Amino acid sequence: MKPAVRVERITKSFGGRKVLDGVTFDIPKATAFCLLGRSGTGKSVTLRHIIGLVHPDAGRVIIEGRDITDANPRELSEIRKHMGFLFQNAALFDSMTVGENVAFPLRRHTRLSEDEIRTRAKQKLADVGLDRDFDKMPAELSGGMKKRAGLARAMALDPSILLVDEPSAGLDPMTTAEIDELLAERKRGGATLVVVTHNIPSARAIGDELALLHEGRIVARGTPGELDRSSDPFVHAFMRSEGGG
Amino acid sequence: MNESYGARVALVDRVGAGVLSSFEFVGALATFGGRAILGAFRPPFEGGEILRHIYQFGLRSMPLIVTSGFAVGVVLSMHTRATLARFGAEAMIPAGLALALVRETGPLTAGLLISGRVGAGIGAEIGAMRVTEQIDALEASAVDSFKYLAVTRIIACMIAMPLLTTLMDFSGMFGGYVAEAAASGMPWRLYFERSFLYLGFSDLIPATLKTVVFGYLIATVASFLGFTTSRGTEGVGEASTRSVVMASILIILSDVILVRIIFFFYPPVPA
Repeated sequence: MKPAVRVERITKSFGGRKVLDGVTFDIPKATAFCLLGRSGTGKSVTLRHIIGLVHPDAGRVIIEGRDITDANPRELSEIRKHMGFLFQNAALFDSMTVGENVAFPLRRHTRLSEDEIRTRAKQKLADVGLDRDFDKMPAELSGGMKKRAGLARAMALDPSILLVDEPSAGLDPMTTAEIDELLAERKRGGATLVVVTHNIPSARAIGDELALLHEGRIVARGTPGELDRSSDPFVHAFMRSEGGG
Repeated sequence: MNESYGARVALVDRVGAGVLSSFEFVGALATFGGRAILGAFRPPFEGGEILRHIYQFGLRSMPLIVTSGFAVGVVLSMHTRATLARFGAEAMIPAGLALALVRETGPLTAGLLISGRVGAGIGAEIGAMRVTEQIDALEASAVDSFKYLAVTRIIACMIAMPLLTTLMDFSGMFGGYVAEAAASGMPWRLYFERSFLYLGFSDLIPATLKTVVFGYLIATVASFLGFTTSRGTEGVGEASTRSVVMASILIILSDVILVRIIFFFYPPVPA
């Protein structure tokens, strides 16, 4: 069976500094893949490659069998309709209300009536506990609420691949657990998750497979249990950092 | 000797790098503007967004245009009166003012005012969206951000400019009438009859339509600078300021060419 996401030997440099150096992994459908690593190791850049926001210097990214590195803008747009992306800083459209943000992909890519769009957007916001904030502007939300609204927008079209950048950053432990459960539910519903996180307990809770990125390379990969048992000192130390142990 | 030679080489290096960088900038801007023209003819046409921007750029600029136009008309009328009175030609004040306003002062002033109000706004808004990843979020939502943000604004600005210029022209004429009525007590009917006596379509239409080019330049430059913003809020401020400066310069420079083209097709009528 074709993997949902295949990243093949991608290399990327910014201003002469190599950020990714031959990163390779496959993610089977309906599984959760968590990308771990210290800040500035290229986790978010990897995620941006998967949705085609960044083009690799070398290597390929294949989404559900289609190579997006040589896709034209129209093909890329079609592929992206099946993907959702939660940005690290949520990236809500600040000229729209929270509800309009969530309704935006529905308006653009479905033929639903205005009532159906509103109902679906409210439901997505309810999933992240923000149904009462439908008419608020993003500036009126806290950082954690913005993150949840961004997740609601990313899930608006029920994408088959959900890319999530730091879902728990800025959230309290209870909300983090709720978001983890929501992501796990998406996975049970058949979605493939790619999650970039620093939160090792979250990665253990969500991830079927974890990968540790260090200096532009994946230095360890496996189930949470396999990484916990790693004899590599760096992997060992990382899995026990930030409440990981 | 060697130090002086080294300094000269360094100077040539810097100048060369500056020239190359300028060519690179102009090339990128021209490509951006060309893409916008092509993009305007390809679906989706984003009609809702275009209308929203016409409202923002057009309707919301009306107070600025009406007020400025009125003031420009009053000032022009005072100058025209002071000049024509020397030759005993006060009767020509309305016609002289109307021609000056419609042919040049109205379009150019409207262009410069809109480059300040709308150009700065577009540069800042798109720049802020760039640095807060909202443009990436549009792309991730399978929306062509270039078309959605730049092409719609460029089309809206091209539509709004001639409408605002016409408003500016008439506000100016009204300002001229108020000044003239205060100075000589000329009745409004006589004033406007004289205003339109020498004013033909060849004065009004080409001069008004040239502002479509001004609208294109304002929105293209501002969108380009917004899209290429970096360095956070400082970059956003810079995009906004540079949008106004560059659009103003381009409006004035393009006006020279456009007036020449208009004179080629509609030669000035000898008195």
